Amino acid sequence: MDKVLSNKKMIALYVLPSLLLILAIVYIPIVLTAYYGLHEWNGIGAMKFVGLDNYQELLKDETFWKSAWHSFMLAIFSGVSLILYLIVAIVLAARIKGANIFRKIYLIPMLLSSVAIAQLWLKIFHPSNGVLNSVLESIGFENPPAWLAEPSIVLYALFVPILWQYAGFYILIYYAALKNIPASLEEAAKIDGASAWQVAWRIKLPLVMEVFKVTIVLAVVGSLKYFDLIFVMTDGGPNGSSEVMASYMYHQAFRAYDFGYGSAIGFFLLVICLIATWLIRKLTASKDTIQYS
Amino acid sequence: MLLTLSLAVVVAGCGSNNGNNGNAASNAPSSEGATESQGTVDTGGEKVTVNFMHLWPEGVSAGQNKIVNQIIDSYQTEHPNVTIKQEVLDNEQYKSKLKVLSASNQLPDVGVTWAAGFLQPYVEGNLFTPVDDLLSGELNGKFVAGTTEAYAINGKTYALPLEFNIAPVYYNKAIFEKNNLEIPQTYEQFKTVVKTLSDAGVAPIALGNKDRWTGSLWYMYLADRIAGQATLAGAINGSSSFTDEGLMKAATEVQSLVDVNAFVKGFNGLSNEEAKSEFLNGKAAMYMMGTWELPNFTTNEDIPQEFRDSVGFFKFPTVDGGKGDINSWVGGPGVGLFVSENSKVKDEAKKFVEYFVTKWGEQSVTGAGVIPATKVDTSALELPQLYIDLFNEMNKASSITLFADVQMQASAAETHLNMIQALFGKAATPAKFAEEHDAAIAK
Repeated sequence: MDKVLSNKKMIALYVLPSLLLILAIVYIPIVLTAYYGLHEWNGIGAMKFVGLDNYQELLKDETFWKSAWHSFMLAIFSGVSLILYLIVAIVLAARIKGANIFRKIYLIPMLLSSVAIAQLWLKIFHPSNGVLNSVLESIGFENPPAWLAEPSIVLYALFVPILWQYAGFYILIYYAALKNIPASLEEAAKIDGASAWQVAWRIKLPLVMEVFKVTIVLAVVGSLKYFDLIFVMTDGGPNGSSEVMASYMYHQAFRAYDFGYGSAIGFFLLVICLIATWLIRKLTASKDTIQYS
Repeated sequence: MLLTLSLAVVVAGCGSNNGNNGNAASNAPSSEGATESQGTVDTGGEKVTVNFMHLWPEGVSAGQNKIVNQIIDSYQTEHPNVTIKQEVLDNEQYKSKLKVLSASNQLPDVGVTWAAGFLQPYVEGNLFTPVDDLLSGELNGKFVAGTTEAYAINGKTYALPLEFNIAPVYYNKAIFEKNNLEIPQTYEQFKTVVKTLSDAGVAPIALGNKDRWTGSLWYMYLADRIAGQATLAGAINGSSSFTDEGLMKAATEVQSLVDVNAFVKGFNGLSNEEAKSEFLNGKAAMYMMGTWELPNFTTNEDIPQEFRDSVGFFKFPTVDGGKGDINSWVGGPGVGLFVSENSKVKDEAKKFVEYFVTKWGEQSVTGAGVIPATKVDTSALELPQLYIDLFNEMNKASSITLFADVQMQASAAETHLNMIQALFGKAATPAKFAEEHDAAIAK
């Protein structure tokens, strides 16, 4: 085996297929998107080169910045909710009774497709027959809001299913990371008289920090390019009050037939995600990584 | 039946020859066999495959799907050298795929398109071929007036319509009776109806304005009745302004309907399907929608008979002092068939389209509950009363204004729809509504 892997040609043979695939379906389209963004194009007819006009217009586009703000809000909410997920994971990993069942319960939303989740929550949020409003009415709230129709509420109403959808995913990651910590460390601490709180705060938390940093990047970037539930549940409405960057891109490209502008938004979105990743990595970088041994 | 079949063959053979070489006279009297041999001369008797992409999957549009297959089968029997290859997608996927295929220049030989604004980029991109030769052929005079015009750009027609729809206000007779209400003839009466229902705790109107074009219907009717059809049409095509006094008043009127809770709660967050179910469940008393919903109110067995029997319709009432006419409708053709400009079998494709449109007209009313764009003799068909009444209304129509979002170009349509949602949600004033429209249409 060692011999095979030291052969340069063999390495190339193994790496090449996936490299070509990723070039063809990821990197080349990225370059093409940037290129389309330089054109005025309805997606069908001839393309007209307009230089940086689309990007200039984008910088001045209020609707775009409004949707960018919504995306950032989602990123902040997802980022903060990670702390909650970590706490849940720590509790679950502590061998409490029924942890196994809870773990599965938290994971189930992740197994559902986004459209199914959207349909489910549409029923919950339905203004007159929805579960939520029926409950609110039965406990005495008169005229509860139409969650998905009020411009001031809709965004937050949407955050609930979005965060709920991914909770299981992050809890699972943290759970695995926590289970990876050698039991000997915890035992040693306990023998030294550490409380459960101290074990969690001083031993477990530092040891899962690297994983936590990775999940911050995942959550923030995932939120910035988020699309599916919003698209199905409100389509960015009403009046654009739940529009995010990705849905705005879709609307420009596929509804208004402005592929050039849509591509420009898409490319800009990529740039924003790259900057966000870089910033997070930089801000959370620590010189000394804590090791188990 | 045999007679119609052979007639149709003659029709098909004749029409295409008309377009090709004006050799129709020699072909017209030919029988089925003769057309066949003539066909050998025309097409060289080669095996031809015509690719046909449409949007009636079996699961979603069972009726239409069955008719399409019947038409294709009989066409293939009559033209043994032609194979029609189908590709079926559902509505939204169809639209996306059509775009992707256009970008790579691989459109099917025959496909389904929508009118006006949807059609325009394809025509400008030289992707669809004009079908005027078919119109002046055997199909001459077969279409309901005003339907093919929606597919014409710069004097050429680029697709043949299959459907035609108008939008009445459907109402639940049981709810009206219970509240001692009559069909409103004037807008004042309509407002009284709304108020009575609202006071009685019934949602007056089911509206799913998440989809936006649904609210557009209400605005268009108010605009038509207050400012008059000509003013509305002018503003939409850009020759006059949305700041017209009547149009501004229509926009204001929309907001006052919102103020009196005329529409179901949370309408701006509901899809058309969700709103429709409010009407079907008897929770809302009125529902404005195109005639494509008729099967649900007449023949669809999945909906309780009791409900279907209690659905009636009325024309949008006139407004006192308004310039509109009660027989003026909002509506328009639904989908039509195009032939690809780059098709290698253009002649065969056109023949097929001609045949398809003719057959569709005969079968779609009874088979799928579709109102075809070709003229139908209702007296010969056994149809639910609601159909017949609406057919008659259609024939009496003084004018039919094409759905605004279909008529406008894509980017202006997007602005229109967004402004409709904003107007209904009171996020935009009528003045802002008008201003944004004018700016988008002038672009």
